[in-house]
Amino acid sequence: MAGESKAKVIPLHANTGRQAAQRRSAARGESARRHPSLLSDPAGRASAEQIAAVVREIDDRRFAASGATAAEEAPNELAKKIAAVAEFIRKRMTGDYTVDEFGFDPHLNEAIFLPLLRVLFNSWFRVEVSGIENLPETGAALVVANHAGVLPFDGLMASVAVHDHHPAHRDLRLLAADLVFTMPAMGQAARKAGHTMACTADAHRLLAAGELTAVFPEGYKGLGKHFKDRYKLQRFGRGGFVAAALRAKAPIVPCSIVGSEEIYPMIADVKLLARLFGLPYFPITPLFPLAGPVGLVPLPSKWHIQFGEAIETADYDDSAADDPMVTFELTDQVRETIQQTLYQLLTQRRNTFLG
Amino acid sequence: MDSQDRSGGRRGQDKGASESQAHPKIVLVTGACRFLGGYLTARLAQNPSIEHVIAVDAIAPSKDLLRRMGRAEFVRADIRNPFIAKVIRNNDVDTVVHAAAASYVPRSGGKATLKELNVMGAIQLFAACQKAPSVRHVVVKSTSEVYGSSALDPVLFTEDSSSRRPPREGFARDSIDIEGYARGLARRRPDITLTILRLANMIGPAMDTALSRYLAGPVVPTIIGHDARLQLLHEQDALGALEHATMAGKAGTFNIGASGIIMMSQAIRRAGRIPMPVPRFALRAADSLWRATRYTEWDREQLDYLSYGRVMDTTRMRNELGYSPKWTTAEAFDDYVRGRGLTPIIDPRWVRSMESRAVSAAQRWGR
Repeated sequence: MAGESKAKVIPLHANTGRQAAQRRSAARGESARRHPSLLSDPAGRASAEQIAAVVREIDDRRFAASGATAAEEAPNELAKKIAAVAEFIRKRMTGDYTVDEFGFDPHLNEAIFLPLLRVLFNSWFRVEVSGIENLPETGAALVVANHAGVLPFDGLMASVAVHDHHPAHRDLRLLAADLVFTMPAMGQAARKAGHTMACTADAHRLLAAGELTAVFPEGYKGLGKHFKDRYKLQRFGRGGFVAAALRAKAPIVPCSIVGSEEIYPMIADVKLLARLFGLPYFPITPLFPLAGPVGLVPLPSKWHIQFGEAIETADYDDSAADDPMVTFELTDQVRETIQQTLYQLLTQRRNTFLG
Repeated sequence: MDSQDRSGGRRGQDKGASESQAHPKIVLVTGACRFLGGYLTARLAQNPSIEHVIAVDAIAPSKDLLRRMGRAEFVRADIRNPFIAKVIRNNDVDTVVHAAAASYVPRSGGKATLKELNVMGAIQLFAACQKAPSVRHVVVKSTSEVYGSSALDPVLFTEDSSSRRPPREGFARDSIDIEGYARGLARRRPDITLTILRLANMIGPAMDTALSRYLAGPVVPTIIGHDARLQLLHEQDALGALEHATMAGKAGTFNIGASGIIMMSQAIRRAGRIPMPVPRFALRAADSLWRATRYTEWDREQLDYLSYGRVMDTTRMRNELGYSPKWTTAEAFDDYVRGRGLTPIIDPRWVRSMESRAVSAAQRWGR
């Protein structure tokens, strides 16, 4: 019995022993062949790799140990904050984020743009949001809103409203004017915040991708209207937005924004200067340009954003998008809804700045 | 003779209609000494269903490339020379792949020479194809530069959209002209199926492109206030698309590009380069100074590309041509960085260690 086990074991040991001996003799032979100056460092390359491996192991151990102690101590408030910031900076520095084909960078948007806008949203304009349940949880919808206030703060506030108040925290993709994208830094920022140019191709592409898209059909006519015309809806373009929604069979959600008219009360429009600078209008407000940079600060009016009931477009047939009668009718319906809601919200409002 | 030719052509068409679904028999590839032409020849030569592959270029290929081409026959001929017609006729070529159009020729002439090479070569080649009744299928390598780039571009270019400001000079203009001549050929010879591939900017470890040269230096000049959206195409995918188009014989114009995009700033960060923001006019001034001394490729189109980028809609490529690239844009770019062995100036490991150091410092300090 013992002999049998011995017969099994001995060749194995003997074999390894012989192999080791061979290896040793080979190493000796190699060192003999080598230049004498190298003899002090036997197998130089391998040892360098080994050292690196050992160093890495030590690093890992040390790191794991420090991590373990940190876990025991439970990271404090400051460390958590620093960790979040450091992670953000690391991801930005190594380019470790994804951008969609529109150039929308959710990583940057949520860390930089939205927090900045949130300050305006919560503290400056104190925006109240209602009817957010009219926006779908998933899938495409076209939000149609009134446009006012010289600078397009209303669009930005609507995007914050949707992101913060919607249960799914969806991103509202705005269709903005050409001018935004031709301006150097502005165009870049707008693309990274997920907005794109208001043209049929892009609108259709956003809706086809199932995105929540917002459009301001009044355009410059609404943005650059006089203070005396406030809350009077201008002409709604040529109804292109309705055609886009019909083509994508996306519901249209009318959105009424109250408060945006008072941020820069425009009392005059200097056409000559506007033409000189290549702008659609050159506003004169009580503070701009007389008060200089102070005139650039929007007045802190109290805002209310209301999303109305969605108008379904899935029931229309395929040719409806090209039928001017259908698009005009729908355009009028949306326009009327927004105008009525605006009047309603205005009657509820007691003070422009206090609400 | 003429009527015979034509009837021959028609007979060939009937035959070709069934054959083009099957496989091309004798393929001629132009621009065989350049990356795409050379490696495409090598790939086609490995395909046993193709009887004969003829590679054409005006200069002799390197030993390595010639070895790679295998059983393909190399013919040293300038496509600007009517001799090319003889090559096509004598060999009964049925498929011509025109991959010779180049945006950049190192160590040779200026813009005028390049235009001459690109446009005159294409005219001569297409004329030769028109005369040869055996030709059934023509594949033209074009570029996404035909769409130009501007601030007011649609998000994705479809094959039907055209650039807002048609390019007036440079490679983009040449490519539009080449496409025009190719369409002319298809109009005059309706039995020829014409495939135009608009390739996105290519990148990869082996290929030398404008973008790879741009990102090679440690400091990369960028344009203040602009960040381009880049759609790239891995070099292997470009070869794959050309090979697929040669074999499939689908008529039409197709955008060829990888899915997904990366921003220029992101690309620079992923490569670990240091961006140096420069005002647009300064870059242009520096460029014109540079150009006074030697030939560069950074013309206005390229500056626009650096500012705005360009992304194409590749739905038609996937659905009609039936080709889908293996690499996404980000993967292709990472493969280029890895394959070139670019040493990152800003090392991701250093960034990571700084991150952990900051966190542990905060941990100690906050206690």
